[in-house]
Amino acid sequence: MIRHLPAVLTGLAVALTVTLAAADNRIVTVGSTWDDSRLRLSIQGSTDIEPFLPVMEAFANRTPGLAIRYEEILTNDLHDRSTRACRDGRAAADLLISSAIDLQVQLVNDGCAQPHVSPGTAALPDWANWRDEMFGITFEPAVIVYNRQLVPPAQVPRSRFDLIDALRPADNLFLGRIATYDIERSGLGYLFAFVDAQHATTFGRLIEALARNRVVATCCSADIIDGVAEGRYLLAYNMLGSYALARALVDPRIGVVAPADYTLILSRAAVIPRRALRPDLAKRFIDFLLSADGRRQLGEASLIVQVGGTENEEHPLLSAGASTLWPIPFSPALLVGLDRQKRRLFLELWRSSVTQARD
Amino acid sequence: MARRPASIARRLAVAITLILGAGGLVVTVAAYAYGRQAAGEAYDRLLAGAAFEIGRSVSIAGGGVVVDLPVSAFELLALAPDDRVFYRVVDRDGATVTGNDALPPPPSVAEDVAFYVMDFAGEPVRLAAIRRRFAERAYSGPVDVFVGHTTRARSALAWDITAKALLILAAAGLATVALAAFAVRSSLLPLARIESELLGRDPKDLSPLHVDSPQEIETIVAAINRFMERLSRRVTVMQTLIADATHQLRTPISALRAQAELATAEDDPDRLRGIARRIHQRAVGLGRLADQLLNQALIIHRADIAEREPLDLRTVAVRVTEETDHDLPDMGRELGLELPDDPVMTRGDSLSLVEAAKNLVNNAFRHGAAPVSLAVAALPDGASVELSVTDHGPGIPPDDWPDSGRRFARAAGSSTQGAGLGLAIVNAVAEAHDGSLVFSRTPDGRFKAALRLPAARGSR
Repeated sequence: MIRHLPAVLTGLAVALTVTLAAADNRIVTVGSTWDDSRLRLSIQGSTDIEPFLPVMEAFANRTPGLAIRYEEILTNDLHDRSTRACRDGRAAADLLISSAIDLQVQLVNDGCAQPHVSPGTAALPDWANWRDEMFGITFEPAVIVYNRQLVPPAQVPRSRFDLIDALRPADNLFLGRIATYDIERSGLGYLFAFVDAQHATTFGRLIEALARNRVVATCCSADIIDGVAEGRYLLAYNMLGSYALARALVDPRIGVVAPADYTLILSRAAVIPRRALRPDLAKRFIDFLLSADGRRQLGEASLIVQVGGTENEEHPLLSAGASTLWPIPFSPALLVGLDRQKRRLFLELWRSSVTQARD
Repeated sequence: MARRPASIARRLAVAITLILGAGGLVVTVAAYAYGRQAAGEAYDRLLAGAAFEIGRSVSIAGGGVVVDLPVSAFELLALAPDDRVFYRVVDRDGATVTGNDALPPPPSVAEDVAFYVMDFAGEPVRLAAIRRRFAERAYSGPVDVFVGHTTRARSALAWDITAKALLILAAAGLATVALAAFAVRSSLLPLARIESELLGRDPKDLSPLHVDSPQEIETIVAAINRFMERLSRRVTVMQTLIADATHQLRTPISALRAQAELATAEDDPDRLRGIARRIHQRAVGLGRLADQLLNQALIIHRADIAEREPLDLRTVAVRVTEETDHDLPDMGRELGLELPDDPVMTRGDSLSLVEAAKNLVNNAFRHGAAPVSLAVAALPDGASVELSVTDHGPGIPPDDWPDSGRRFARAAGSSTQGAGLGLAIVNAVAEAHDGSLVFSRTPDGRFKAALRLPAARGSR
């Protein structure tokens, strides 16, 4: 119990700090008091504070005197701020962790990052390390989330083909009760849709089928998953698996499928700004995240997801073969989706297909 | 302190190192230049390919330029995996349609594709620019596409090519060194064999070496063998000279001793005076003999070492007649001289030849019968010349001819006194001049001893 005492205290402190923070950007300080510490690591991230907190605590616990200030921030804001800071010769934080890997690629491409090479980064697969300046620290599948109470097991789509087939009848179960990200507002939704469009010929048929069934394109993982749990939606497509699994672990109403045809894998990207004040601490934190300990912590936070293996009652994630995992590689090719004209064209295509139906 | 003699292996090593070092430097520079060029060309094609693909994706829609950026173009660029990528599409007014507004245009626009290098965003960037022309109702004019990337992959490839070239060079260098070491070792092996052969030899053994050796070392073996042959000859000559001298000196010395013994026992002053006179005569004779021996030893020595110069044998003959008259004033015998009108040229040491000829003449006077004549002639074969002495005496028996120049001590002991010594000198001089001592009997029965020498140019 003694061992857990600091964590409990920190939890209290977090609760306090979080409630006191600004409405849109939540800030938490972990470890020592920020003003008193000489080892101050500032992080801006798009990851929710709650799952990420234990990871930071584990790192703070092994580094006496360390204070971590984590600011939870939307991906677009994070990118705007760091780009502006880079242009002004500053750094927005010592470490930037974002799920918008296309924006992170752009940041690195603009020369705003500094390299870091360690055994941990060297062990990363090529797709999760670009120029030794951008590191993939998580492993999160894009999944289909469904309501286990309202969707009979036989009708749970295991792949995109299943989904297209299920949506074909005019009076099918899912009509009007299927949701996905509004890709105009959600960077992550846009990224998944864009990569889907590149990878699979099923994409055209899929959005056509979604549109026909009056798909609800809306914002934010939490809202959509809430909707699925409450039965407002029966099924949500292209949800970020980490959120879905975290919810599924505590909510029996929620089921998760990693599509068997292919499952996109997103790895949140950590970037050290070129003008970071404490790049040494940022590098140590990255090395921790890439270490066995750090990966275990991230696994407990559902940020590293084991996909595949047998279907398990305890584990709500339905399986996908390991060969069908398609990690989205950190590559300049992601810049295409950010191109203003390309984005406009893609959104036009999307808009022309999908009925906007927001609740 | 004496300097250590230079080692062939070390010299070779230094030479090879220098050559490889200089060659390596040249190859490095060349390989890097080539590597840069090759890498540059390879990645320029990539850039141009991406630029053309983007160019193809440009269309005119609704009076404006629309770029449907192809992912494949970027996948092409991603083949340089660690390079940052920049692009910009510009319309006819110079306004950016899409891409990075700050990307600079090429210094000059080419119709096909223009490549240029700029410093951009903190790194050197290689760019390709292409131009696509439109003649639509809504838009008429060019659209320019600039695509660039940083040069990390190029440098890496250039260095990779260089490193591989150097690796090959290093391997070749090592092989060369190993081969050279092996070649030096194996080619110097005969030297060790010669060494052991020489060391293992009996000191008195001066016979030629027989060692298997390559051409280059064959000359050394030949030189050693020539040297040993000369040494052997001279040792023989000296040995026989000493034996002969001992023999020749023994008789007059015993005579002297006998006279001296007589003198000690003699009381009669007149007879004593007679004995003293005889002792004096003997002593004078002995002195002359000693002079002669020394002189002859000198000639043999000289014949071997003196430089051989072109000379006319007739002058040798003339000097012989002059000096023979001096040497033998009391003999009063005539020496006939037969000389041709043309010079008889050979190469040799005039002094040695004169002494050799004098020996022949003296032998003829001493052991042959008058009249004695000295002749010089170029032989009909044109390759040799000879200086000959003929007399009317019995001469040396033909059976002894082959040995006469060599085993003179025994021959001299068994036959006439002193003849052997003289002939040994003649023989030594003849051999030193690559010639020979030849005996013959003329058709009219005279005995002829000839010193035959190779002809030199200038004689006919």
